[in-house]
Amino acid sequence: MDWAGVAPFCLFAAMFLIAPTLYLVTGAFLNAAGEPTLENIAGLFTPKIMASYSISLKISLASAFGGALVGFFLAWAVVLGGLPAWIRSALLTFSGVASNFAGVPLAFAFLATLGRTGLVTVILRDWFGFNLYSTGFNLLSFLGLTLTYMYFQIPLMVLIITPALDGLKKEWREAAEILGATNFQYWTRVVLPILFPSILGTFLLLFANAFGAIATAYSLTGSTFNIVPIQLYAQIRGDVLHNANLGYALALGMIVITGVSNLIYIWMRIRAERWQK
Amino acid sequence: MSTHTSGWQKAGAWAAILFGATYFILPLVATFEFSLRMRRGEYSFDAYRSVFTDAQFQESFSYSILMAVLTIVIGMLLIVPTAYWVRLRLPQFRPVMEFVTLLPLVIPAIVIVFGYLRLYNSSSLIPFTGSARGTDILLMFSFMTLSLPYMYRSVDTAMRTIDVATLTEAAQSLGAPWRTILFRCIFPNVMSGVLSGAFITFAIVIGEFTMPSLLNRPAFGPYLQLIGANRAYEPPALAIIAFAITWLSVGLLQLLSRFNKARPPKP
Repeated sequence: MDWAGVAPFCLFAAMFLIAPTLYLVTGAFLNAAGEPTLENIAGLFTPKIMASYSISLKISLASAFGGALVGFFLAWAVVLGGLPAWIRSALLTFSGVASNFAGVPLAFAFLATLGRTGLVTVILRDWFGFNLYSTGFNLLSFLGLTLTYMYFQIPLMVLIITPALDGLKKEWREAAEILGATNFQYWTRVVLPILFPSILGTFLLLFANAFGAIATAYSLTGSTFNIVPIQLYAQIRGDVLHNANLGYALALGMIVITGVSNLIYIWMRIRAERWQK
Repeated sequence: MSTHTSGWQKAGAWAAILFGATYFILPLVATFEFSLRMRRGEYSFDAYRSVFTDAQFQESFSYSILMAVLTIVIGMLLIVPTAYWVRLRLPQFRPVMEFVTLLPLVIPAIVIVFGYLRLYNSSSLIPFTGSARGTDILLMFSFMTLSLPYMYRSVDTAMRTIDVATLTEAAQSLGAPWRTILFRCIFPNVMSGVLSGAFITFAIVIGEFTMPSLLNRPAFGPYLQLIGANRAYEPPALAIIAFAITWLSVGLLQLLSRFNKARPPKP
């Protein structure tokens, strides 16, 4: 009787979350005739698909690394840098907004900034005589997409790492000082080991976040830039791989990559919370 | 080592903030400037006029607002009673809820919608995509899936601050039926959580591209993409509008959470 109360939720989760995912996962291990096979998984290791996984991984790793690095220094600046309090609340409020500002509008914003007629491109050309695009820079490239993704990656890092930095206890620094530690030793031997699970965990969350994103890249580059989500989008639209089950394997590959990084993130967060009691 | 914030440290902090501010503000300024360039030789709001008078903008925008409202209403009607019931009667089910509500963050949206298209196409047992109305319903459920982590977490946080068991007993002893307990006791008490969940859901759903695009529904996200591929000055204007919407929803959310922190949570 008690279980009837959660039946609607279970039905919802089964229909719209579990079943669709299971369908694709099992489909990845079947051939067109419905017999079990590992051919689709092997099919992922062909040059074309490997190339798109590789560019996706590169962009996700680069934007997660850049986002984590810049985000960490911003959080450090407002928590330990001795800045006025209003800067902290402004940064956190803005991060809440910017971490949700993704998708198609973000692509428009970066086209207006660093596109061929974007403001920064034009200012560099007219005021400084510097032609950005003659250096080989292109917004529709690895570097351009990474810079664009960092616009939502940095704020996400700030939002998650600020509470972790807040959790550094004054007593730890005092204890280190009394024992004769230098500032450098305090950071490398006390702070970083404590923060390491938070930093690594957030890095993986940012990585998964970028890996699953499609709208920004799609509206920046159309279907020319072959990251995995765009290839999957094309596959869903028109079976470009000419093999439905290989499409399921492509989806499975995405689930495995985002799934593993999220699992490690959750594990790291549990470890990090030991210090925040 | 005697002072905890040395001059160097402070200079470094200012440098980091200056760099961050430039990185964040420059694209917004550039987008705004670009959106004013439509008329040759002078700045004007022509691009915004062009956007607001576009019938397709009005249609797709109101479609997405309607979908967002439906997602919030149906979503909350599902989440609040479930979260309430789990707290009251099925505490052993909580880990399962926690896990299931995290799944949409783990499985990319494009993968979920791919599954829908295979499972619920017009030749399947439950042919959601067989009709436009059916696809709308499927899209609403897909938005609910997307916002599930945020809705559940905000409702659950709000429910932690009230004593569910005592409230239920009090209402029952006064002879209230379940419907009354739920809608006149529980819902009003977790309203802050419901509203937080609603704002974040609104911000997510309004510009979502992948799901409506693959389900072929005329939502705001696919409209944005279409305009981006075909026009020059309207896209930055739309980006400014979208940023304003995000700012509004997240701003309301943060105002609400600051307001809630004034009330200490009960154990």
